[in-house]
Amino acid sequence: MKFSVKAWSKGGGRAGLLQVGGCSLETPALLLTTRKGLPTFISPDLLSSLPTPDSRLLQFSPLHFLEGISSKTISEMGGLHQMLGLRDHVFAANPADSITSIPDYQSSNKIGASFETPSGRFLVKPGQYVEMISSMKPNMWVTLADEVPAWVSEKRNRASVDRTVRWLDDCLTLTIANNTGGAILGSIVGGSKIDDRKRCAQEVSKRNVSGFHIGGFGLGESMEERSALLSAVTEILPEDKPRQICGLALPEEVLQGVAAGIDLFNSTYIYHLTLGGFALTFPLEEIERHGFSDRLSDNVRDDGTKINLKATIYRKDTSPILESCKCYTCQNHTKAYINHLFNVHEMLAQILLEIHNTHHYLGFFRKIRDAINQGTFEEFRQNFVETRRDHNAGATTAVVATLSA
Amino acid sequence: MALRFEILGRFNRARAARLTLPHFVSQTPLFMPVGTQGTIKGLTTSQLEDIGCQIILGNTYHLALRPTSELIDELGGLHKFMNWPRALLTDSGGFQMVSLLHLADITEQGVTFQSPVDGKPMLLTPEESIQIQNRIGADIIMALDDVVKTTITGPRIEEAMYRTLRWIDRCIAAHKRPHEQNLFGIVQGGLDPVLRDICVKGLVDRDLPGYAIGGLAGGEDKDSFWRVVAQCTAALPEEKPRYVMGVGYPLDIVVCSALGADMYDCVYPTRTARFGTALVPQGVLKLKHHAMANDTGPVDPTCECMVCKNYSRAYIHCLVTKDAMGSQLLSYHNLFYMMKLSRDLHSSIINGQFPKFVCNFLQKMFPKGDVPQWVCNAMEVAGIDITSCCSPFS
Repeated sequence: MKFSVKAWSKGGGRAGLLQVGGCSLETPALLLTTRKGLPTFISPDLLSSLPTPDSRLLQFSPLHFLEGISSKTISEMGGLHQMLGLRDHVFAANPADSITSIPDYQSSNKIGASFETPSGRFLVKPGQYVEMISSMKPNMWVTLADEVPAWVSEKRNRASVDRTVRWLDDCLTLTIANNTGGAILGSIVGGSKIDDRKRCAQEVSKRNVSGFHIGGFGLGESMEERSALLSAVTEILPEDKPRQICGLALPEEVLQGVAAGIDLFNSTYIYHLTLGGFALTFPLEEIERHGFSDRLSDNVRDDGTKINLKATIYRKDTSPILESCKCYTCQNHTKAYINHLFNVHEMLAQILLEIHNTHHYLGFFRKIRDAINQGTFEEFRQNFVETRRDHNAGATTAVVATLSA
Repeated sequence: MALRFEILGRFNRARAARLTLPHFVSQTPLFMPVGTQGTIKGLTTSQLEDIGCQIILGNTYHLALRPTSELIDELGGLHKFMNWPRALLTDSGGFQMVSLLHLADITEQGVTFQSPVDGKPMLLTPEESIQIQNRIGADIIMALDDVVKTTITGPRIEEAMYRTLRWIDRCIAAHKRPHEQNLFGIVQGGLDPVLRDICVKGLVDRDLPGYAIGGLAGGEDKDSFWRVVAQCTAALPEEKPRYVMGVGYPLDIVVCSALGADMYDCVYPTRTARFGTALVPQGVLKLKHHAMANDTGPVDPTCECMVCKNYSRAYIHCLVTKDAMGSQLLSYHNLFYMMKLSRDLHSSIINGQFPKFVCNFLQKMFPKGDVPQWVCNAMEVAGIDITSCCSPFS
């Protein structure tokens, strides 16, 4: 894996080039969150309709395979790329995925990290984890971390840093013993304590890792304190290694992360949107210059970035989700049809929506990269955030007006 | 009439034809996957085209409830609504009312049933069924028939057959788009050859674009099943398509095609996929089974589909019945298998290789030569020599 920074924005945001698994990927980039290696509803033939190489980055949790298929069988098949028939894709392993493999800090202890999965709760030790990695052969992988929410005691927070650093050392040692391949992203935790965050970042950057994974975000810290926490970490990290994050999902959160110098994000947001029937609709073309409020007149119904296709107003709407969108869904189907599919609980609803949302979010990341490269990221971010805030304020006013009328 | 049916090849009673419908030129014999609510569960329309699906079935009952036939009509018909450029067929809605609903009551006027929306009694008449299907706009629409279980005996069968004949005239009279949609009549009469015969004659007199053999695949024994099919296909006109309703087991399709049937539909391939079962030349493969967990081979090594080319049984095993992707991938494979079967039937009949194809098919499914007796009986009537794949002791 090779990584280099190509451009900086004023605040600390950066655009880079990540070369891994035969792909050259521009960052900031989105890793598609998968379930057992495939996007939840997008089969591999449909996956190829998404823009490449942007859609080649896939994230999975080795814990998805704890039940149903053995590491030995995966290893016999030659690893995840072969098993999934996605030889040109880049796989990044992360034990936690915040959908089906959720860190359970109360059950984690000094010997391993605990996760809640659909098959039950598992305590994963570094040895076991590295063994899974060795058989799955991802292009990059995140070391085991003890992630804790923002509200734990100082003592518990310190322990999480100590454990995470110790497990990193364990992982590194085991990697040599097992001859495990793949680029290692060292986990950084520290909850919402600046000092612990710094200490963890310092310790991890001393180790021989190819990049960093910043964990423990999106676990109860406020949006306001987050920027300081993020910067505290990224200021310590060497510039020439990529930084991945878990827990920043919404567009504003992604922009906040980018501003702090994060390079890689995941798409759990897409998953949640899709299940809820939401389609992303913010116009990508206009954010840079003048925001997007003028396009969206009906602000009671949506928040300016997404619409809910389950809403009855789309019953007869024969337009695509987004006129300008080039995705398979928008090129082939109407809102009325997707609304019907949701009404009758048909799986195709989620398939079509996940395609659109993924396509759209990949486009959002492309715009972020363009903005950094053109030196306009700060404006881009400000426009986006302000337009949405105005929009929400407008919506609130409208609702109040409706209520008082 | 809005179709052309040209027989391109024959082998005894079996035929391969080109069926030209308003939206698609299809090749028979053909299997039609069921897309109940305007979608085949878990597959996009472009995937269905890739797989080679020619005609998709929509269920009138479900579509009339949601999104309603009025809405489909307003938005330009079902083809446009679901963006399916090829052919569609809708059933009459009668079968679902009888099979899905309690307290469905069939009178001369129509089928009275309890509305699933508000519980009020509702009436579906032949006229209304056709009116709804005219609004949905499928290439082929089905007459409302009086469906009774084949396992029932007695005067009810006779009543249903005669009622089906009376209703067909009401259907014909109600049909407003005969130049864009083809109304098929349905042969009823249970397992009684005399009743079936009367029904066939009555329907043939009406000179419809095509005919369906109904009331089968409902739990009757296999010997009765194929004999009814054989009797009806023998009596129906040569130059019209023949559709055996509710048939979806590959073996049944091969037998019915040998007997001269052309079209089939069933939820089986897609439903069984969702339960984790794959269709393979040997029969079925239960991917849920523990033995699959360590099987690194493809679902069907002889299959050319996207799923078999990319995935192992072990990987599918860890998806089925847990993740949506398991249903998606197995539905894809199963429909691919059915379409391949349809194509193989078509080409082997045209190439004069039909008996060879049947023997190969039976050999894979019954490697020990234990071909069921009913299949042997049917093939004898069809004039297909299958002795090479039957064990001499059976």
